[in-house]
Amino acid sequence: MSMKQTLIVIGNGMVGQYFLDTLVNSGLTEQYRIITFAEEPRPAYDRVHLSAFFSGKSAEDLALVNEDFFAQHGITLYLADRVISIDRQQKQITSAQGRVMAYDKLVLATGSYPFVPPVNGRERPQCLVYRTIEDLQAISAAAATSSIGTVIGGGLLGLEAAKALRDLGLETHVVEFAPRLMAVQLDDGGGAMLRRKIEALGVEVHLNKNTTLIEAGQDCLNRLQFADGDSLETDIVLFSAGIRPRDDLAASCQLIQGPRGGIVIDNQCRSSDADIYAIGECALWNGQIFGLVAPGYAMARTVIADLQQQPASFSGADLSTKLKLLGVDVASIGDAQGKTAGALSYCYQNEAAEVYKRLVVSADKSRLLGAVLVGDASNYAQLLQYCLNGMTLPDNPESLILPVAANQPAALGVEALPASAQICSCYDVSKAQVCEAVASGCCSLPELKQRTKAATGCGGCAGLLKSVLDNELTKHGVAVSNDLCEHFALTRQQIYHLVMVEQIQTFDQLLSRHGHGLGCEVCKQAVGSILASYWNDYILKTPHIGLQDTNDNFLANIQKNGTYSVVPRIPGGEITPDMLITLGQVGKKYQLYTKITGGQRVDLFGARLEQLPLIWQELIEAGFESGHAYGKSLRTVKSCVGSSWCRFGVDDSLSLAIELENRYKGLRAPHKIKFGVSGCTRECAEAQSKDIGVIATENGWNLYVCGNGGMKPRHADLFATALDTVTLMRYIDRLLIFYVRTANRMQRTSVWLENLEGGLSYLRQVVIDDSLQIADSLEQQMQHVINSYQCEWKTTLENPQHLQRFRSFVNTDQPDQSLAFIEQRGQSFPAPSLPVKHFPIIEEVA
Amino acid sequence: MSQWIDVCNVDDLVADAGICAWVAQRQIAIFSLPKINGVFAVDNLDPFSGAQVLSRGMVGDLGGIPMVASPMYKQHFNLETGQCFEDQTLRITVYPLRIHQSRIEISL
Repeated sequence: MSMKQTLIVIGNGMVGQYFLDTLVNSGLTEQYRIITFAEEPRPAYDRVHLSAFFSGKSAEDLALVNEDFFAQHGITLYLADRVISIDRQQKQITSAQGRVMAYDKLVLATGSYPFVPPVNGRERPQCLVYRTIEDLQAISAAAATSSIGTVIGGGLLGLEAAKALRDLGLETHVVEFAPRLMAVQLDDGGGAMLRRKIEALGVEVHLNKNTTLIEAGQDCLNRLQFADGDSLETDIVLFSAGIRPRDDLAASCQLIQGPRGGIVIDNQCRSSDADIYAIGECALWNGQIFGLVAPGYAMARTVIADLQQQPASFSGADLSTKLKLLGVDVASIGDAQGKTAGALSYCYQNEAAEVYKRLVVSADKSRLLGAVLVGDASNYAQLLQYCLNGMTLPDNPESLILPVAANQPAALGVEALPASAQICSCYDVSKAQVCEAVASGCCSLPELKQRTKAATGCGGCAGLLKSVLDNELTKHGVAVSNDLCEHFALTRQQIYHLVMVEQIQTFDQLLSRHGHGLGCEVCKQAVGSILASYWNDYILKTPHIGLQDTNDNFLANIQKNGTYSVVPRIPGGEITPDMLITLGQVGKKYQLYTKITGGQRVDLFGARLEQLPLIWQELIEAGFESGHAYGKSLRTVKSCVGSSWCRFGVDDSLSLAIELENRYKGLRAPHKIKFGVSGCTRECAEAQSKDIGVIATENGWNLYVCGNGGMKPRHADLFATALDTVTLMRYIDRLLIFYVRTANRMQRTSVWLENLEGGLSYLRQVVIDDSLQIADSLEQQMQHVINSYQCEWKTTLENPQHLQRFRSFVNTDQPDQSLAFIEQRGQSFPAPSLPVKHFPIIEEVA
Repeated sequence: MSQWIDVCNVDDLVADAGICAWVAQRQIAIFSLPKINGVFAVDNLDPFSGAQVLSRGMVGDLGGIPMVASPMYKQHFNLETGQCFEDQTLRITVYPLRIHQSRIEISL
């Protein structure tokens, strides 16, 4: 067995970790023993989304790597230990904690540090920087006793930092030396529009301000003194005036550096010592430092290839970016400022809608050189493709940024993109890779994301990815049909719309007007669900009976032997001892197998059809209601005891859970819906794995949406923060009805969101900003559902005609003799019958 | 030669759904599809799950053929022939049925 060589990676930031991830997948771990040093006390986390820390995400949420990763791949990780010197002759490094280690190959991924301008007074209290989680904790602590915060620097990072201050509830100022915001990426028009939008959000912007002194303030802790004589009082000063490469280690061992810092690397990312590589923000390539993650990732891939002795070279990176700053869409592509000789510009400015767009094209108007988008970056991906691939522009390039009239879509056909076109820049996924994944069987956006990782970084390319997917499917002869089934050439959403517009009340009305044939279990269930969502009629009314699957039809859950299980509602999981005793008595009397469910209720198994009404009679007399466990509807609202009992509880999660469960019980939807409410960020109710999750904070409720466990678990996304209960419910009302109206059949909220064009930000616009102006209608519909709620079991028991159907046989009262049970652990189970066969799940769409 | 066995009243049928009858020690599923004036009797046993549940399946048509979908794993069966749509080798028993003086009668 040959000895492994030693590879040491210094720095475990985003690029360092990406390098390790790629290394592990490359098989190079067979060849190298891997050691990595991290100066920070925790492994890599997502610095790009750092401001999310102040809108409810924890350090754990931001983590990019799970604890097992290092052990699993045999990588030695030293946390909170900084490498302080490199001895290139001996090929060994020394760390601050005194570790001395020999290396064969060394990778420097030391990153950068925030540049603090040499202003007098910069060391005063609460003058901070914004880069690490420790920095955030310091900012957070300072904010607790402050009311005004000021960011020095109006670039990309500065505006991110401003968002953090605003999320902390501070009056927020941004001070910029240059005459515009984001001076590097934007032009004057774009910068002005961005300023206007940001100021509308309550962040005050001060341009052309050269800070000369920081001194003690009168009303605040600090005062900024500017060169023009003005001054600004502020409690917190946050420096965000750019980054500088962390190249001190390289300097100590005489690796060649650039005149203004940075470790000089060649196209293989090798420093002036062939055994030492440098990647990410510490590296200087062709005189450039790249302050974005994507070029750092590209460097990491280059090093891996070089270690594998494969030809690879880093050839610079496109610095186009699309991001959301303080909720404002901003994008910059290529030569955004039109510096190329002979370049021509097209501008579109809409002050009413607060949108600014500029195209920079070549002198002959055939090529796109750059673009600026502020307020609406929806055609970023399209423009980027034109720019990167040198594609010929249409005769009227302005059509690419003018508002699209209904009859003249100016969209770039994805067919025209070359195979090499980069679809996802975060993960460097080309069109060819996407096509290959589709050819090998990925037929949906979620599958494609999972396979290729495309659109899982910033998500900016999701729309483009979907277009490529649809185009490829069509080419493969897969009809991209969203028809519900052979009886309706309509999508679920279209049918929902027809039901609303034409006020259709029954399946037969819909079938005779818009469908054909008799229907099938697919369309009947979908239409049954739509009618139930919209009208909220009793689902077993005569015209609806045939539309219900057996679970809805008998208001219970069918089990493998044809018996049913019964789940009464226990709102929030809170139950009195007396009611618990009733459950025990009923279970015992009917010899039901009993089990606690994951949703904090009790499931009683093994009831025969004719027993269901008897069981429910007793449950209803004791005060229980139907739990709708059988329906594609609201199931449970799981909760912790919150501030009512828990010594850590921040708010009364239990009361809220009960209120939410009672509010939304009975709502029928395209799929089941689960809620969770936690009383503090310890999150004992696991709200972040639910369709709707609520977590109490000191500032109010944080709302998470579209998570689920199950076949494909998905963490819920943070949707809104610091809400009062009324606003919280208003958002949930709107979001749920929007889901009910627009989702496909059997589509859970998670998949719905993944497929929703515009994703989370679009959903926020609809629900929070009411961009479609349907909020009233959504709320009214929810109110109708709430007002017309009935316990379906109570209604059933009151109606002898409905009860008729609850019997095993139409012509005799004898029970079904074919059922056999065995006893295990003191309870009754179905007797094994046929050999167990496993069937593919035809029904679940996830 | 067939002998008709009295099962139940026509009023016991549920439109566009099924009911189950106990006839000569067998469970028989009976479906009513009024849009095509069809009433069908088949064996209640779902061959895939081994449970007596077909009477609780949903009915309709696939390509114009009247069918029932098993409530367990959703396989479809032709109500006229008993043929399973998903598995050519499987066929459930269908029983002749007639309506005589407002009574449902079947022949085993």
